[in-house]
Amino acid sequence: MANLIEMAAHDLAPRIKSGEMTAEETAREVLRLIEEKDPAINAYLAVDPESVIEDAQEVDRRVAAGETTGPLAGVPIAIKDAICTKGLETTCASRILEGFVPPYDATVIARLRAADAVIVGKTNMDQFGMGSSNENSVFDVCRNPLDTSRVPGGSSGGSAAALAAGTAVLALGEDTGGSIRQPAAFCGVVGLKPTYGRVSRFGIIAYGSSFDQVGPMARNVEDCARLLGVIAGHDPMDTTSASEAVPDYTADLKRGIEGVRIGVPEEYLAEGLDPSVKESVSRAIERMESLGARVESVHLPHTEYAVAAYYILVTAEASSNLARYDGVKYGYRGEDGGAPAVDAPTSSGAGVGAPALAPEDRLDAMYGSTRSGGFGLEVKRRIMLGTYVLSAGYYDAYYDKAQRVRTLIKGDFDQAFEKVDLLVAPTTPTTAFRIGEKIDDPLQMYLSDVYTVPINLAGVPAISLPCGTDPGGMPVGLQIIGPHFGEERILRAAYAFEEATRS
Amino acid sequence: MSANEQGNMNYESVIGLEVHAQLLTNSKIFCGCAVAFGGEPNTRVCPICLGMPGVLPVLNRRAVEYTIRMALAVDGHVAETSAFARKNYFYPDLPKGYQISQYDRAGEPISLAGGIEIEGEDGPRFVRLRRIHLEEEAGKSIHNEPGYDPDLSYIDFNRTGVPLMEIVSEPDIRSPREASAYLARLRQILQYIGVCDGNMDEGSLRCDANVSIRKPGDPLGELVEIKNMNSMRSMERALEFEIARQSELLEDGGTVVRQTRLWDEEKRETFPMRSKEEAHDYRYFPDPDLVTVEIARSWVDEIGEDLPELPDVRMRRFVDDYRLPQDMARQLTENRTRADYFEACVSHAVGDAAGGASGVAAGGSAGKPSADARTVSNWMLSELLRVQHESRIDHQTLEARIPPDHLAQLLGQIKEGKISGKIGKDVLDAMAETGKAPVQVIEEQGLVQISDTGELEGVVDGILADHPDDVAEYRAGKTKLLGFFMGQVMRVTQGKANPKMVNELLRKKLAGD
Repeated sequence: MANLIEMAAHDLAPRIKSGEMTAEETAREVLRLIEEKDPAINAYLAVDPESVIEDAQEVDRRVAAGETTGPLAGVPIAIKDAICTKGLETTCASRILEGFVPPYDATVIARLRAADAVIVGKTNMDQFGMGSSNENSVFDVCRNPLDTSRVPGGSSGGSAAALAAGTAVLALGEDTGGSIRQPAAFCGVVGLKPTYGRVSRFGIIAYGSSFDQVGPMARNVEDCARLLGVIAGHDPMDTTSASEAVPDYTADLKRGIEGVRIGVPEEYLAEGLDPSVKESVSRAIERMESLGARVESVHLPHTEYAVAAYYILVTAEASSNLARYDGVKYGYRGEDGGAPAVDAPTSSGAGVGAPALAPEDRLDAMYGSTRSGGFGLEVKRRIMLGTYVLSAGYYDAYYDKAQRVRTLIKGDFDQAFEKVDLLVAPTTPTTAFRIGEKIDDPLQMYLSDVYTVPINLAGVPAISLPCGTDPGGMPVGLQIIGPHFGEERILRAAYAFEEATRS
Repeated sequence: MSANEQGNMNYESVIGLEVHAQLLTNSKIFCGCAVAFGGEPNTRVCPICLGMPGVLPVLNRRAVEYTIRMALAVDGHVAETSAFARKNYFYPDLPKGYQISQYDRAGEPISLAGGIEIEGEDGPRFVRLRRIHLEEEAGKSIHNEPGYDPDLSYIDFNRTGVPLMEIVSEPDIRSPREASAYLARLRQILQYIGVCDGNMDEGSLRCDANVSIRKPGDPLGELVEIKNMNSMRSMERALEFEIARQSELLEDGGTVVRQTRLWDEEKRETFPMRSKEEAHDYRYFPDPDLVTVEIARSWVDEIGEDLPELPDVRMRRFVDDYRLPQDMARQLTENRTRADYFEACVSHAVGDAAGGASGVAAGGSAGKPSADARTVSNWMLSELLRVQHESRIDHQTLEARIPPDHLAQLLGQIKEGKISGKIGKDVLDAMAETGKAPVQVIEEQGLVQISDTGELEGVVDGILADHPDDVAEYRAGKTKLLGFFMGQVMRVTQGKANPKMVNELLRKKLAGD
């Protein structure tokens, strides 16, 4: 059995299809590795070994029968817990959805199954995607496999950590404001946030609907390209999904970047950027130049407003998206105050129950206890923020103004892409920080998204891939940003860079 | 007489209505679940209308089409692009915690402006419309209903996601009676264009009212919203009550408080909603899950071309084509079913006559009947309604038992003298009861009219011989005794005698000798 940590999906799938390896032995090896390694990492929230083996056996049966199998035949894939999987608990790492088993597959899951991938399990994350460190999971923090005292990033921390730990060959993440790219950078793997609308959102538990985008995560660029090809494309169940044809992302992957115009946004190399990150990124840019790219400096003048605008818009949407978790239909339900609370007996005699609430007040009591008890602190903070910015009298000053900032930021990117083919920048201002380091300082935490959120505001695609390490050996992420539907171009540049830096 | 006239002549009432109409689409507005009334609770649901995590709405094009149809029927201005917004509030029967609706600030509704004309207190009144928009229906909460645990509340989501069209008027209505007329008119139009069944009992048509009062010429008074009016009559009562309440308040030197009040049909009064329930900030914002709806001019034109004939136009056509008096034409066109029935009946009459069989022969020019259309109309508006009323069956059942061709056939039998009009009414009763064709009823019950001169002469002679005194009185000038003799003949013949022939025979015999 080859070492799965070294295995690439584009290598594994052909071997399984040819019968050289079986999907079942691959699956068993992944399950063994999870059992061995995951307790120290906590990347997985749910794994159903029986169905993993069954799905793998089915692939093997079809290979043996000479039937056609899909491009991901037998490849073990980890799925962020924000993505609905039929019959497999999907919680968004929250208490309020604990025990929720979707009766449907997200469209991306249906496409993975059609491509014969083997779904290994659901990965840890910041509750409802809200966080940049995975510390906001109700099921305990996920640790960075490269240094378990550090965070894996977030919110798709579990998916990135599973890839870095070698407990998955591929993974799906979901990126609302950097949630694929930042953990990919922190864990030294590759993660792509596609163009908004490139991948169906049906079955993705909504956080910020006008930002949310599922994307591929892998240990190499080619796998990322292959996985994107499987999940991308129009979905009649999602009217915001684009009807643009899906190209073969692997076809021109190796064509190089000779003559490609690359812009370096000056605003992304300004203060707040860790010197070692800056150095790695600068060297990466030089390397790309040496590969034939033409590098020039560009401006994205409204960058400084991006984080503020993002947190207004995304929390507004979240406050509405999370309203459905009310304890009425599924998931966690709090007390409604209908039964008298029985206290412990006191010295003066039998316990006296608090009076039961009147029927008309019990509904509000149930809502209150459900949502107070079912959501974590960060989620409640964002619901409060979002409720506030949409309130009567504040809408124009916050929501409406932030929408106008969003338009300006889109304009920044449109103008930049008139001059250059791609933009290159750091993914994050620092490398992976320590667990607990920023959890009590939300603003500091929000600023770790400063280079990723503008991309979500603009809806353009971007990848993060490793481009060196800091003095402590933690990986640095290089972000390559393209225009709308410029994924092919991004992947080609990323591949060229990856090939040139392969040790 | 309107309530403000009854109450206090010093005040003018200013009323605007918000009407919600469930659309008759096959499926719900954002998912594929069937739209139908009733059914076992929670059987017509799916993850999408239940608002489960991660699901997305896909707009039902037919719902937009129906809304455009309504917009065109009331001369609304159809938007080129229209957008959906989220109206956020918590309630157990609202599964997503927000309702997908349309809101001016967050994108244009499907239609703006337009209006309809109604019979007002002082002649015709044009009620302007503010907008027509589309939204999704919420579920149904069940409290204290038979068969359910009274200590629990239940929710039926079957209704959730049924497309709901909201028609908002300007405050152009001046009395409860005008409000009724307006609602009746809207319902008539909705039914005509086939987008809503207009059934207020089942809740497929609902109405909220905004009402204020003022001294004529004054600026608008403080506005009160009234909800929970479940029929045309309860709306009228609620408005009357509310106008009287506000008038008394002002007369006593008080002020009207802006609030939402609910109508209590049993107590016949409005009462204020709990302030907590009322204090909603809906936090509308554009729904990011739905793309802007582009409404192509060509699509609107297409819908316009297929728009059914509207009630007013049809009414005028009935006057012109069938030479009917206007009030009769108005009654016939009151609802589309009745107007369709009328035309089907007339066309059968015409068709049968052309085929040479028994029927109501066509009068008028160019194959358009007039005299017989009048007969059909008379029978429909008196006899058919009488039968429906007496037999306590709904009009669908009645129409199934007496299809238009049967009524045409019956009128043909009368016209040809096979039966008398009076017998015809009995035949109609039998038809309503059994669903049989008139010819069959007449045959089975032996009701064919006696038109044989010899036979009738015998009967008449017998009657006259039996009543020599009455004959003498008649001949002495008491000619109104003719009715008595007529009645005797009918009694003996069990109504089957041809009245015209009997009449002639009686006159001849009584005058003769």
